[in-house]
Amino acid sequence: MNQASSKGTQDKSVAGEILSFIGRVILAVSIPLIAFYVLYLGFLFLRDSDAPREVITLVAIVWGVGGVGLLYWVFNNLVERLPDVWRGRLLPFVFVGPAMAILSWYLAIPTLRTFWISLFDRDGPPEELSLFQQLASDSFVGLSNYIAVFTEELMLEAFRNNLMWIIIGSTLSVVFGLLIAVLADRSSFEKTAKSLIFLPMAISFVGASIIWNFIYEYRPIGQTQIGLLNSIVTSFGGTPQAWPQWVAILPWNNLFLIVIVIWLQAGFSMVLFSAALKGIPEELMEAARMDGATEIQIFFRIMVPYIRGTIISVWTTIVIFTLKIFDVVWVMTGGQFGTHVIATQFYRQSFTNRNSGFGSAIAIVLLIAVIPVMIYNLKQFREQEAF
Amino acid sequence: MKSGKRQKKLGLLLVNATLLLLVLLWTIPTLGIFVSSFRNREKIANTGWWRVFPYRDWQMVREIDIQNSGLDPDGVMEIEGATGTFEEFRAGVETPDGKRITWIGNKRLGRVEVQEQVWTIDWDFTLDNYKQVLGGQDFEFKKPDGTVQIVPGDNMSSAFMNSLAVAIPSTAIPILIAAFAAYAFAWMKFPGRRWMFILIVALLVVPLQIALVPILRDYKALNLNGTFLAIWLAHTGFGLALATYLLYNYISGLPRDILESAFIDGASHFTVFTRLVLPLSVPALASFAIFQFLWVWNDYLVALIFLGGNPEFELVTQRMAAIVGSRGSEWHLLTAGAFVSMALPLLVFFSMQRFFVRGLLAGSVKG
Amino acid sequence: MNKKSLLWSMISLFVLASIVLAACGTPAATEEAPAATEEAPAATEEAPAATEEAPAATEEAMPEVSFDYPPGGALEAAIKGEYTGTTVTVDGAFEGNDPDGVKFAESMKAFEEATGITVNYIGNKEFEGSIAIRVDAGDAPDIVDFPQPGLFASFVRSGDIVPVDFISDEWLSQQYNPGWREFNTVDGVEAGVMHRYSGKSLVWYPKKAWDAAGYQVPETWDDLVALTQQIADDGDTAWCIGIESGAATGWVATDWTEDMMLRTTSLENYDAWVAGDLAFDSPEVRKAIETWSSVWFNDAFVNGGRSSIVSTFFGDAPGGMFNDPPNCWLHRQANFITSFFPEGTVYGEDYGFFYLPPVDPAYGKPFLVAGDLVAMFNDRPEVRALMEYFTTPQSASGWLEGGGAISAHQTATQDMYGSDLDYGVSQLVAGATSFRFDGSDLMPGEVGAGTFWSEISSYVAGSKDLDAALQAIDASWPR
Repeated sequence: MNQASSKGTQDKSVAGEILSFIGRVILAVSIPLIAFYVLYLGFLFLRDSDAPREVITLVAIVWGVGGVGLLYWVFNNLVERLPDVWRGRLLPFVFVGPAMAILSWYLAIPTLRTFWISLFDRDGPPEELSLFQQLASDSFVGLSNYIAVFTEELMLEAFRNNLMWIIIGSTLSVVFGLLIAVLADRSSFEKTAKSLIFLPMAISFVGASIIWNFIYEYRPIGQTQIGLLNSIVTSFGGTPQAWPQWVAILPWNNLFLIVIVIWLQAGFSMVLFSAALKGIPEELMEAARMDGATEIQIFFRIMVPYIRGTIISVWTTIVIFTLKIFDVVWVMTGGQFGTHVIATQFYRQSFTNRNSGFGSAIAIVLLIAVIPVMIYNLKQFREQEAF
Repeated sequence: MKSGKRQKKLGLLLVNATLLLLVLLWTIPTLGIFVSSFRNREKIANTGWWRVFPYRDWQMVREIDIQNSGLDPDGVMEIEGATGTFEEFRAGVETPDGKRITWIGNKRLGRVEVQEQVWTIDWDFTLDNYKQVLGGQDFEFKKPDGTVQIVPGDNMSSAFMNSLAVAIPSTAIPILIAAFAAYAFAWMKFPGRRWMFILIVALLVVPLQIALVPILRDYKALNLNGTFLAIWLAHTGFGLALATYLLYNYISGLPRDILESAFIDGASHFTVFTRLVLPLSVPALASFAIFQFLWVWNDYLVALIFLGGNPEFELVTQRMAAIVGSRGSEWHLLTAGAFVSMALPLLVFFSMQRFFVRGLLAGSVKG
Repeated sequence: MNKKSLLWSMISLFVLASIVLAACGTPAATEEAPAATEEAPAATEEAPAATEEAPAATEEAMPEVSFDYPPGGALEAAIKGEYTGTTVTVDGAFEGNDPDGVKFAESMKAFEEATGITVNYIGNKEFEGSIAIRVDAGDAPDIVDFPQPGLFASFVRSGDIVPVDFISDEWLSQQYNPGWREFNTVDGVEAGVMHRYSGKSLVWYPKKAWDAAGYQVPETWDDLVALTQQIADDGDTAWCIGIESGAATGWVATDWTEDMMLRTTSLENYDAWVAGDLAFDSPEVRKAIETWSSVWFNDAFVNGGRSSIVSTFFGDAPGGMFNDPPNCWLHRQANFITSFFPEGTVYGEDYGFFYLPPVDPAYGKPFLVAGDLVAMFNDRPEVRALMEYFTTPQSASGWLEGGGAISAHQTATQDMYGSDLDYGVSQLVAGATSFRFDGSDLMPGEVGAGTFWSEISSYVAGSKDLDAALQAIDASWPR
């Protein structure tokens, strides 16, 4: 395809060049037009149709998935028709453009807006005014929301808990995931083991909270315990506790919530580690074994370095996930009994209290908290060499 | 040689045993509600699910009439050779012959039981919980004229259909877009590459709640609200950062020499991407596909905001929320409901599992 | 458009004609009556009544509907069919297909049949979050069912809610006890209408065992404490108490506090407290909390002891009453709690209730209530029509017939109720010397749905003393 088009440009005949130019223009214009028209028809059909649910669903799936593929193909085609210089410059943007556009629309711009709101009081900036007038209005409070974020008692508690989540939760998720992936790789029931470990990933947070309520469920002393943990504890003569609400051991009652997330997330890291481990050439490990390396040595000297990239990305993902942790806490304790985290505070301030300035400031603080992770990832990114 | 073999065997045993322990730890919580979902409402609320295994239980042999026994519950009593106060008898006092005397109830209404310990098992299962979850709950209304009207609940099939229509494109679209972007970040040179990547990592942490208000406003202007397109794009937007990030890590780790030789053969970036990179990335694509699918399948809030204005488009998660009831702890329905909503994600996982199996990646790299 | 109006004029012509015919027919029938019987005076009395009705009917040409409506309003126009085919969207805190959702749909049937307007319910569990998002994005639903007046008030103050000044004062005072109208009035503006409620000052007991044991329903708080002691002496714990409720853990304790505030201090103090003018750290509030604490913190009085209160789910707490023999005998909770009672238990046989007795006779017999009110975000005639419908007890018929809530309208009659229980509670409320709305629902979200819950939970759990808890609540009040 590439060669054909470059041959075309070598053609010296002027008429031919004009013709091919016109042809290119027509193609360049008509292909996207037709593509867009087809997509638009599909869109109208989906937006306004009264067809049976099954038909709509099917059209929806074909249109949605096919449409995106079509768009890339069309744009790539267009750019490939351009002269080499332009192709080299534009092609990366065809690849990366849609992602950046969508991310800007859905996340980046709302983030800027959130930052702006965080500089105002609980009702947010007066929207009828222009930006400069907003700054001059009484609602503008500068950084005082940020001061509140770092001084309020409940926020400090949330920061402490989030730190626990990150240090304990993400580390153990990664460690267990890696351990299971390595063990499963050489066990006799790899498929079953991996499926069962992964199973919790398929469960929604609401489902997970139901499951763990059955573990932590508390009944008064003397009554039949229906929670597994209390049943075990009482059968050894201990006193039953409502574990996540056990304020006597504050802040360690958070651990009972963190366990839930480790249980959920280990499957995630296991699957990614597993995929990476499969990529280690067998010869490499065989060679090491021939040299008399023990399995533990192989693990630390060969496997870990080889899948270092994956470990970093899994760790990053899980750290960021635990930084944002919300559902488990919200459903299990609602942030009470000293279990608030940053995201539950954000939700409370933004929606329950309708304090948009304070809520926005919390969201921005989350962004600041991720800067160390960004810097670390960037270092990795620099090492990557492109064509 | 021989000892090596034995060591290997021992190692395998160790590996299998450790893994088995971990798997059990991971499975028991789920197993608990799986078993519970087949028990009836009253049993779930009062006894543990592990009663499906044999256990020793105190069972009544006979009852002692206390009204005419002249026992004084305020003092120390002697019943059938056991002595104790009221409080002690309430907890149960064992007699020398292995029986137990238990006072049940308070001093006014109580009765005394002689109990014996026996092995029992509780295997009384029911499918009612699932019937109620799948078929919907019936409601009764007593009309002023005295008649009772029954409003039947609706079943879940349309909710399943809707959830599929939301989840499949919401999974495929971001993966496709992210794969293109990830390839560009990994193997193409362009200005702003680093800044864009920083942006993506930064956006990983942005809570999607901050985007709901502005996006809903845009949707209203575009008249998109309440359409499938609206929610696909929303899920794409919210899942894209993670997808790009994870796929970048995988695609950038592909062996450089394979790509190099393809370029030397004159392949374009598009060809390299579609013919070489995509097939090689199947494990990563499949992994992410599962996560995104699960995320979308279990999502409640995003669907609520962008699809919520339209009751026809009710999703499985919304059905589940309704089952929980407005003030509810209907344990028996929750257990069955959790399994119904898990069914499809599990199916997806098992059907895609072959992509994680050894050989696929290695084979294609060698080829 | 033209076709439609032609159709409608033909329908109204037809309706008019048939009513005129019917009106002509009625006097003819009464004329026959005196001839048939000798009771002439009675007949003549009837006759004018009939003729009076007839012209009214010919003037308005109204189809028969099962509910009353304010004269001359949007609902009347809607019944005439002026807005047929339109849709009104309602949002609320329950799901469209959970029990409340089904009851709501049932309640709307009469309205939809009479007017041809479709009521589209989109409520959900994340109501608090989603309503804020929808309104901020300019995508507000037409009508919202608010379970908390505090949240409602914040939307009134931000100017998003359309006041109900289109409904005449005369009509509203006919439908509502004046006290109820205060709940939907914010800063002097009547911005919504009350719809249905639960009575909270109720104590439940297991009737069979209760009768067998020979316990008596107490008339005063002292009697109740004496009964509690009696039950303890008999070897049982009297109270079933649980305040666990996920993110809302603690609300049961705030209800007790409010009930005790009403019983240990004046209504003025209660109102000042709810408005933020009386501090939590004041002798009045302290006394109210200490009153219930004396029962709660005595391990001999509470099933499982004090330590089990915070960790027992509020819906599971009454379960102890239904064991044989009961683990506990008394449970204070609003009437919706019956939906958490074990399946198959029957009011009057398995359980009964009594009014939570007064502590100090000086403050009469106050009653604590909580309920839902509806408010309008978009001003269209069909939305007004539905708002007017919400002022009738029929708009809560699903709950009255299916059980679970009480109509907030004083025009609701006994035959509208499907159960004696709900009607009984409504009579208790009607007979109370005063009633007040659940205070935590009226306070700002930071307190009413935040620190009041969490600090009182910490106090009950024992991780904070009362001073620290009350001071923390005061500190969190947004000023």
